[in-house]
Amino acid sequence: MAEPTHAIRLHVNGVAYDLDVPARRLLSDALRHDLELTGTHVGCEHGVCGACTVLLDGEPVRSCLTLAVSVDGQEVTTVEGLAADDGELGPVQQAFKDCHGLQCGFCTPGFLTTITAGLRDNPDPTRDEAREMIAGNLCRCTGYQNIVASVLRAAELSATAERDAFAGQTGGSRQKRHAQRERGGNDGGGTP
Amino acid sequence: MKPAPFEYVRPRTADEAVAALSEAADAKVLAGGQSLIPLLSMRLAAPATLVDLNGVEELAYVRTDDDGVRIGAMARHADVERDAAVAARQPLLRQALTLVAHPTIRNRGTAVGSIAHADPAAELPAVLAVLGGTLTCRSASGTRDITASECFVGPLESALRPDELATEIRLPALGPTSGTAIREAARRHGDYALVGVAAVVDVDGDDGAVRSARAGYFSVADTPVVLDLTDTVDEGPSWDRAAEHAMAALDPLGDIHASADYRRHLIGVLTRQALAAAHAEGRGSDG
Repeated sequence: MAEPTHAIRLHVNGVAYDLDVPARRLLSDALRHDLELTGTHVGCEHGVCGACTVLLDGEPVRSCLTLAVSVDGQEVTTVEGLAADDGELGPVQQAFKDCHGLQCGFCTPGFLTTITAGLRDNPDPTRDEAREMIAGNLCRCTGYQNIVASVLRAAELSATAERDAFAGQTGGSRQKRHAQRERGGNDGGGTP
Repeated sequence: MKPAPFEYVRPRTADEAVAALSEAADAKVLAGGQSLIPLLSMRLAAPATLVDLNGVEELAYVRTDDDGVRIGAMARHADVERDAAVAARQPLLRQALTLVAHPTIRNRGTAVGSIAHADPAAELPAVLAVLGGTLTCRSASGTRDITASECFVGPLESALRPDELATEIRLPALGPTSGTAIREAARRHGDYALVGVAAVVDVDGDDGAVRSARAGYFSVADTPVVLDLTDTVDEGPSWDRAAEHAMAALDPLGDIHASADYRRHLIGVLTRQALAAAHAEGRGSDG
């Protein structure tokens, strides 16, 4: 007998998806298998490594410790949602590229989402705060020095982009969602 | 690593959740899932039915009044941690929550779930125990309160019956002349503690003398353990005898993470640190 499924809707990176999933489908697997958004990586599958971290209504959560049916109707941001539509890297992604914040890249999606939310809450972290921000994510090859540097660089890039965006447009309302804010800010700063 | 199949129930109210629990034979309650979902994925747990509280908005509350703090079953750790009124009424909660895993886990995990899960290495059961808090639970036959001293039966075993829903924990407000502190030793920040101590010290406002001192220990036994150390605090105050008393009174086990001797050593060190810090908080809060 086929396993019963549940109809749910997930809003992923601004796109609404209707899907039928068994209740036991982890959010990580719903993203990867059902939606084929394989940017979210699955490492340990029990909440230790942080590779599968996505933003749920803007807050970082472990997608491997979340049932897809549990978050029916909610908004998910994955690593695929961090770059601009034209493929231009978001500030955290750009910072990782600038600072050699990744080597094999397996853990990177979880770092990028975690840091994106972390910098929204604390846009100008100290080195210690940067370390604290990434303390729940494991990296087994790059080492953490370059990732800490990437956090600080991303803060710089975001601040510059915000300044440029502010100088370029007066009275523009600030977007609420961080991913959109980043995208808007980056477009403003990076496109002549 | 995937959970075994289960029947999924998504109640909208606490009443519906209680009804679902009373009807299902082998049900588990899902709140934050930060402990349960790994157990499901590793198939250490394979309940027939999962009752998901994530749609029960009436249980997503954190309330404070003169008596203390009340936390509903769907309040996330992060909700409690960020609540300034909670920090003012009962500072031990925020102090403890900063040690619970990582912010990403605290965005999802719940305080009541941590109590119901009853992990002897977790911070919040020891906090409930040392503060003398209460767990409220509901079943089809009614509501009952479980006091902290009766709440923890064994490792990962609370006094909740299978048909009972843990709906709320209550933690008393901190007295005006009291201070709290928590100290733990872990291999890495965010890990479960090798040993941890949550302390509450009541201080005489005039001379700083200790009126009472209690310590709640986690990761030292099958359940949280509370010691009343009031009579072991010497003038000064000096915490030496309290530390020795705790080392003698507790009988920690060794495992792959730490030997029993090392844990006993940590009990002494952390008892001293936690009591001193709670005493300093108590003195500070008075002035």
